[in-house]
Amino acid sequence: MKAFLILEDGTVFEGKHIGADKDVVSEIVFNTSMAGYTEVFTDPSYAGQAVCMTYPLIGNYGVCVEDMESERIWVDAVIVRELSHIPSNFRCDMSIQEFLEKYEIPGIEGIDTRALVRILREKGTMNGYITTNENIKYEDIKAKLEAYTTGDVVSKVSCKEKYLVKGVSDLSENGPLSGSAVFNKEDYEASRKGDSSKKEKKPAIVKKLNGKGFKVALLDFGAKRNIADSLAARGCDVTVYPSNTSAEEILKDNPDGIMLSNGPGDPKECKDIIVEIKKLYDSNKPIFAICLGHQLMALATGADTYKMKYGHRGGNHPVKDLATGRVYISSQNHGYVVDMDKIDKNVAEPAFINVNDGTNEGLAYVGKNIFTVQFHPEACPGPQDSSYLFDRFINMCAKREPCMKSDT
Amino acid sequence: MPKNLDVKKVLVIGSGPIVIGQAAEFDYAGTQACRSLKEEGIEVVLVNSNPATIMTDKDIADEVYIEPLTVKVLEQIIEKEKPDSILPTLGGQAGLNLGMELDESGFLKSHGVKLLGTTAETIRKAEDRQEFKDTMEKIGEPCAASLVVHNVEDGVAFANKIGYPVVLRPAFTLGGSGGGIAYNQAECEEILENGLRLSRANEVLVERCISGWKEIEYEVMRDSAGNCITVCNMENIDPVGVHTGDSIVVAPSQTLSDKEYQMLRSAALNIIDELQITGGCNVQFALHPTSFEYCVIEVNPRVSRSSALASKATGYPIAKVAAKIALGYTLDEIKNAITGKTYASFEPTLDYCVVKFPRLPFDKFITAKRTLTTQMKATGEVMSICTNFEGAMMKAIRSLEQHVDCLTSYDFSELDDEDLLERLKIVDDQRIWVIAEALRRGISHDQIHDITMIDHWFIDKLHTLVKMELKLLRIGEKNSEGKAGTLEDAKKIISYETLLEAKRLEYPDAVISRLTRFTQDVLKELRDEYNIHATFKIVDTCAAEFEAATPYYYSVYNGKDSEDEAALSANSGKKKILVLGSGPIRIGQGIEFDYCSVHATWAFKKAGFETIIINNNPETVSTDFDIADKLYFEPLTPEDVENIVRLEKPDGAVVQFGGQTAIKLTQDLMKMGVKIYGTDAKDVDAAEDREIFDQILEETQIKRAQGATVYTAEEAKEVANRLGYPVLVRPSYVLGGQGMQIALSDAEIEEFMNIINRYAQDHPILVDKYLQGIETEVDAVCDGEDIVIPGIMEHIERSGIHSGDSISVYPAQSLSDKVKETIAEYTRRLAKALHVIGLINVQFIAVGDEVYIIEANPRSSRTVPYISKVTGIPIVDLAAEVMMGKKLKDLGYKPGLQPEAGYVAIKMPVFSFEKIRGAEISLGPEMKSTGECLGISKNFNEALYKAFVGAGVKLPKYKQMIITVKDSDKGEIIDIARRYEKLGYIIYATRSTADTLNENGVKARKINRISQESPTVIDLILGHKIDLVIDTPTQGRDKSRDGFLIRRTAIETGVNVITALDTARALVTSLETEETEEGLELVDIAKL
Repeated sequence: MKAFLILEDGTVFEGKHIGADKDVVSEIVFNTSMAGYTEVFTDPSYAGQAVCMTYPLIGNYGVCVEDMESERIWVDAVIVRELSHIPSNFRCDMSIQEFLEKYEIPGIEGIDTRALVRILREKGTMNGYITTNENIKYEDIKAKLEAYTTGDVVSKVSCKEKYLVKGVSDLSENGPLSGSAVFNKEDYEASRKGDSSKKEKKPAIVKKLNGKGFKVALLDFGAKRNIADSLAARGCDVTVYPSNTSAEEILKDNPDGIMLSNGPGDPKECKDIIVEIKKLYDSNKPIFAICLGHQLMALATGADTYKMKYGHRGGNHPVKDLATGRVYISSQNHGYVVDMDKIDKNVAEPAFINVNDGTNEGLAYVGKNIFTVQFHPEACPGPQDSSYLFDRFINMCAKREPCMKSDT
Repeated sequence: MPKNLDVKKVLVIGSGPIVIGQAAEFDYAGTQACRSLKEEGIEVVLVNSNPATIMTDKDIADEVYIEPLTVKVLEQIIEKEKPDSILPTLGGQAGLNLGMELDESGFLKSHGVKLLGTTAETIRKAEDRQEFKDTMEKIGEPCAASLVVHNVEDGVAFANKIGYPVVLRPAFTLGGSGGGIAYNQAECEEILENGLRLSRANEVLVERCISGWKEIEYEVMRDSAGNCITVCNMENIDPVGVHTGDSIVVAPSQTLSDKEYQMLRSAALNIIDELQITGGCNVQFALHPTSFEYCVIEVNPRVSRSSALASKATGYPIAKVAAKIALGYTLDEIKNAITGKTYASFEPTLDYCVVKFPRLPFDKFITAKRTLTTQMKATGEVMSICTNFEGAMMKAIRSLEQHVDCLTSYDFSELDDEDLLERLKIVDDQRIWVIAEALRRGISHDQIHDITMIDHWFIDKLHTLVKMELKLLRIGEKNSEGKAGTLEDAKKIISYETLLEAKRLEYPDAVISRLTRFTQDVLKELRDEYNIHATFKIVDTCAAEFEAATPYYYSVYNGKDSEDEAALSANSGKKKILVLGSGPIRIGQGIEFDYCSVHATWAFKKAGFETIIINNNPETVSTDFDIADKLYFEPLTPEDVENIVRLEKPDGAVVQFGGQTAIKLTQDLMKMGVKIYGTDAKDVDAAEDREIFDQILEETQIKRAQGATVYTAEEAKEVANRLGYPVLVRPSYVLGGQGMQIALSDAEIEEFMNIINRYAQDHPILVDKYLQGIETEVDAVCDGEDIVIPGIMEHIERSGIHSGDSISVYPAQSLSDKVKETIAEYTRRLAKALHVIGLINVQFIAVGDEVYIIEANPRSSRTVPYISKVTGIPIVDLAAEVMMGKKLKDLGYKPGLQPEAGYVAIKMPVFSFEKIRGAEISLGPEMKSTGECLGISKNFNEALYKAFVGAGVKLPKYKQMIITVKDSDKGEIIDIARRYEKLGYIIYATRSTADTLNENGVKARKINRISQESPTVIDLILGHKIDLVIDTPTQGRDKSRDGFLIRRTAIETGVNVITALDTARALVTSLETEETEEGLELVDIAKL
């Protein structure tokens, strides 16, 4: 079946339909990761957006359910050059086509994705309409395209009730340390026969339980699963709170530290949350924030954010830790950014910048145990180079070190 | 960190002659790094024994030494040039080993020379098997269970303990020389013995066999501040067990989820951080196919073949960045030259799929075992880029220049299913064709996977190609009357969708035509009608996230909406010239042709042209993104070239620099309406067409050996008998003497004609009277009126040995002035008669004062870089200038043979026989050498000595040798043997040779033939106390297994083998000189 992608600027791409059969209007963005499509599609930060993967062959290793970063697919639609029709991986649970159908997500394949990216690069992120209906013309949906915004999506993606992710009490619960896995034929065959208890665990990179005994409050604006997992893997007990939880309620539980998660949409839409975050800022609790959390903390403390032309989405952006001068390759997914020019140096100092375009990638709050980053130390997908930031946060919780201290 | 200002003068070590495992990639890396250093204002001293390289040009380095790569020579260069630093990580394993030896001996320290980039300690940690293993253990990175051994007993004991199969890897050898997999104790003993001998450190690693696991590589960069990035990861389609150089490799990895990808990426970074690598590094992993278990296979702390591939696959200039890092820069300070917007710390991301295919030399070594192992055998490789895997695979296959263009090119249809499954177990260069046949028969993916361990995903992709093939075949069945199908018929039975899909999968029109039985012309019309055309995309390191400044293109078929980025590029308004490259490095067509292509490109660029290169070889300088104004990384077939021509509409093309690959395209380019710069196609043909050429020779009164063109064996025999044996038999339109043989009898003619006719011949076969004399060769530039001949080269070996395998001496030493004049005059007449505009190479035989022509090739040749360098006459540039209409007189050259230089320069062929099990090593009319080195000096003997040392012939050692020659050589061998005896050599000889020698007063000890009782000649060779074997095989094809076994045993035991008396004489001459490595006169080529 034919499918069409109609862009806000009138460009029409004709391709083949994939996934669920339904029309969708969404914001079109692109991601340059070469692997990790499962993680991308299930990242709640993409809620309200349709994602074009720049790597042309998607679905090669199928979908491994344990790689999902949330309970479901959050992208509105997927745009790919070629969808693999046979998945090949020892952990694979289903094909990407089955995955899309299961969560009723439509998509389009076979288009010149590079041409699409070039349009978005030149003209900026724009809305698009994906349909299988040949009769729909640009003029018919122009108004709809122009009117579309992601809106207040945070409440949609956040958990509805708080829950606990228990920290591991023994490192072995994390699965084998990267490199120490040993193939076990009996277990492999048992897992193939459906015994999921025998399924090989993902390798871990955590080598010590430095968070053991700590209680961390994670405010869920659309948190990727690996944020809580990264803390739990270090031994922290993580309580996850819905996005509309008041500061008082969180502080009442007296956590050792607070994490503000990633999430979708325009940070300025989150007016109520910003008010609560200001209170958390005033609480003197150690706080670590990622992505949307980072932007919200900035807005709560008087800084500004703006929408980037086409954002950063991928797993290859270099960010520089200004405290050490070291450069790390980061996992990125953001369309908004904190305005470097409007940061009050008395409130916060840039802690990370993007090496390519010099935009802000992190802030250290003056006189506070608060630091925030724009990129994703939880990776998934993407490089694990900055996972050390979770250890830095745990050190803050233990009041062992102030936030600016280098860990290297 | 800013640049280290203490670094002002750097010695760069090249990799020496091209051998299997160490090829053109180091010229690419070295050239890029030298340019990068010069960009920083640093004085570069370069040493490399290989004259065919671009890095040894005076434009690339300030001081250039084409000298043997030995520690002693390097020490003298350091003493003379006094560099403050040395960069050893660009010259492959050879360069690295030399740098390490200089460091270990304390020479560098005592001379105040720093090792730039990665430190000696790091190199040791990465290269020494035990230290490496200990380091990996320390940081928790697993290696396969292994033990370093220094003797056979320990190795066998350990292997017996961990169980077979075991992998054996000798330390410090090129391309895994001497390694292999042993499945039992006997094999283990055999490989160990060989490997221990080949290893510089006399050590071999015995390791748990992980064959069948996925082989994954990461190319990593690290700067001195500790910042690390991965440039590229690559997945070998052939699982562990096949050397990565012989594997089909895809970038990026296709079957790894992010979890596996990041696990291995983190491990790679962990490893280079621990090793404290400064610069580029390659990390190879084996990943269990059904678990997260992995092993580190090895780390190369230097630029490598894989890093060249990664550079071309991503656009990220690894060598250039490595050079900057060596100077102290950090990754975030180095601009990414492709985008101009990002930095070297930005990890490349691909929005296409890259396939690398090895170019194996089995077409040259028919007797060799085709099996692929951990010992690399490929002489070169091709790379292709497409947005889908199938397309990249198809493009790579047709780039190979090996008579293959799709998955039907090798036919296994005659095997029954059982035999086919057996055949599938053999891991060789034809395996994917066997898989294709299995897929055609409906053999399941599971079954194919279980046998080959190739991932299901790749098997499925091959199946996609096979399904298309079957679909096209069915169309062919419908196409009733053979090739008579018209456009109207085609439209009826080939749908738009089918044709687009076939093109998306990169089925070339030639293959579609064969399968559907429509002519290519009809298919082309149909594609026009359907508007199915290739469009071009940019390689930009960033998946279009940033605008790219570099026009580095590849083609895709992606339907009507596909955007053509090359078409969008700005029109420079300049005249456009197309330079056709030479494709993969293979025996007969080596790096020399890349040298010529690059120089021609530069010359046209300088003259104000917009230059466009088409090539498919990732190892070369020509495919660096900043050589030409535009680079098309594409196969060099008529259809692929036409796609580019259609878009670029070039004002002309040059074909005479890209070897046979480019010349072959001349007719097609003319059909496309592209003007050929330089010699006309019809004149190129005239030189190949026996009858026309004879006519020209008659008109110009040039003599040649009598001969005729034939098509059948009957005709050939008739001609041979008329001329009298011996005769030379060879196909026309080939390079490197492929298929050329000296025939002594009707039976041999039959045999050779059979071999030649194995591939369909469009051209006739030549049969010539064989003349014995001195072979000479000239390269000349002609502007249509005048010619410039830089010099005459003389071959040491008499005619009958391919010119590429002969030792070549400039200036000619044994020719009379009369002969020299005749050669110059003949060359002039011939160039004029052939209306040569540009280069011509002519080979002659001088018999006494008589000069006969052997052949003329109006194009660049293998000797062009060599003769340019030693005479200082830039003949490629001159050729380009005359093609543009300039006259030699106006370029400052006096026409005719140029005065002889004050130096003797000797080009020595270098072979890679030890790498190719079962290859016949005796020399003949078919070329077998993979590379060459140069010896240059004011005196002949020293030049000869240098050439032999450069080629790795370092004698004497034990002063014992074996001589066994054919009857017709028995007279001549006496004097040669006497000279060796005089040098103190103990001579062993087989019965009749020994008799001859003893009768003539040369003491020779008789040894037993192989069939006789021990100790035999083989035992003697295996005893490791022999310097040299002189074995001249019976003329024609040596059918005696004795001679073959002696030669193979010697080569595989690391003994020098000489198969021609002239070579033996040259070697003894070089040994007779008083020269030693310590007292050599060093010649700076840049100052000639």
